[in-house]
Amino acid sequence: MNHLDGNVLAGPGMGLFAFDPTTTQCQCQSCADIATLGQAMVYGQPMGFVARCRYCDNVLVVIVEHAGQKSLNMRGLRWLRVGDEARNDRISAGD
Amino acid sequence: MMAVFGGRRRDDNPALPPGQYLTESFPVLSAGPTPSIDTQDWEFFIHTEAAHTHQWTWDQFIALPSEDITADIHCVTSWSKLGAGWRGVALDTLFAGVETGFDFVMAHSYGGYTTNLPLEDLLNGRAWIAYEYDGGEIDPEHGGPARLLVPHLYFWKSAKWIRGLVMQSGDKPGFWEENGYNLHGDPWREERYA
Amino acid sequence: MSRRTNAWLTGSLARAHPLTASARSITFAVPGWPGNDPGHHVDVRLTAPDGYQVVRSYSIASTGTGEEIELAIDRLPDGEVSPFLVDDLELGDTVELRGPLGGWFVWRPEQTQPVQLIAGGSGVVPFIAMTRAHASAGNSIPMQLLYSLRAPCDAFFRDELSQPSATAPTTWHYTRTVPPGWSRSAGRLTVKDLKSETLPPEQVPLTYICGPTGFVETVSRALISLGHAADNIRTERFGGI
Repeated sequence: MNHLDGNVLAGPGMGLFAFDPTTTQCQCQSCADIATLGQAMVYGQPMGFVARCRYCDNVLVVIVEHAGQKSLNMRGLRWLRVGDEARNDRISAGD
Repeated sequence: MMAVFGGRRRDDNPALPPGQYLTESFPVLSAGPTPSIDTQDWEFFIHTEAAHTHQWTWDQFIALPSEDITADIHCVTSWSKLGAGWRGVALDTLFAGVETGFDFVMAHSYGGYTTNLPLEDLLNGRAWIAYEYDGGEIDPEHGGPARLLVPHLYFWKSAKWIRGLVMQSGDKPGFWEENGYNLHGDPWREERYA
Repeated sequence: MSRRTNAWLTGSLARAHPLTASARSITFAVPGWPGNDPGHHVDVRLTAPDGYQVVRSYSIASTGTGEEIELAIDRLPDGEVSPFLVDDLELGDTVELRGPLGGWFVWRPEQTQPVQLIAGGSGVVPFIAMTRAHASAGNSIPMQLLYSLRAPCDAFFRDELSQPSATAPTTWHYTRTVPPGWSRSAGRLTVKDLKSETLPPEQVPLTYICGPTGFVETVSRALISLGHAADNIRTERFGGI
């Protein structure tokens, strides 16, 4: 199974978030890694988008889209932090 | 003239449940990375409310009576594959010595995937733990060394890399079921979503 | 620029031309498109007469504020959507689009880190947008592209990448067939290639990698082994369905 990057969450995340989820910094509940969602590994298409931690494979976020509905599950996040999209190079996890 | 996107071939095949399309290939769909499981370390368990766990090693499992199964499989993402050939151990065989008053099951996989099923959908010759596909070992990406096979339900119920079954009193949702998919998943009734 | 809209827009095919034997540049006119930064992608939705729908994500080769977007699509042999976009879609035909998407993989001219781009096959598309933006911004931040492809005939936008006005130099790497007289033999990118052909860790470049999953995996691991920090590497894998 070829996984994709968290960057692919931008489309399905539309309408769920008032911000671009791919540039959002977050912490993995399981291993405490801090990264942006764009750095996650995404599995599960076309059933849904399962974003997993780049280091420990913990499920961070699941988005399922189907006719007229979206389901969002953020079970693996300790927190997320929204930055200014135009300054996305400044909110990388090295900050 | 406008080009019309044809989508997939929609056959009037009576073996196809509503909204399904025929495929000859065997698409791979997975909610996570493919675990690599050595049969030396593999075990299968059934855990009941009596806190009693029935366990089989690979060698014990392989020694159980097995059967050839020819089954159609239906993926909720709308492809169907007809006449796939498997070999496996019927759940009836594995449940023969199991006493439980619970009506539901949570299937657990190596890698952490879960899916929920009513016990009655696993019994009476309708479900197996399969360990061969098309005459050979099951590829890891298709769920090897062994996967649950419940062909009369959508294929996400046929958990890959099966590790064990935990009896549960209610129909608590598994991984996809918790995220909007149907608790039961009968393709003939198009039970795709919650 | 790049305000995201929350709806599917309709794009009609305005221009198209072949890029290779299997790939095609397609430009859509999209009323209401808010413009996009280099590296953004777009989701394309197709609907069959029986209601069956598919959505695919594609990188955008164009950049800026216009209401047109250029995609460059490679036909995948068993693909469901790419053969339709490459072979069947005609001028004036419409598709649904949502975007621009994915700010994590964009490059903006105001960024100050040196930039290394590494493309595998059709993964070059977002880098076309980045090199275009780099040239038109007259940016002095170093940007360079390492483009790995199977054979010379598989190159997208070779003329554009090779023209004298290009401000981001391209290093070509061939994995199966090399051009006549080429000094190197064909083969997959190695750690040694990456060491000699990309900006070194001492320059702390921001590296963007785009290509098939296996390519991105191999290259990003190699870069980390060369001493690049994981957080200075941005990746965009494409699945191939």
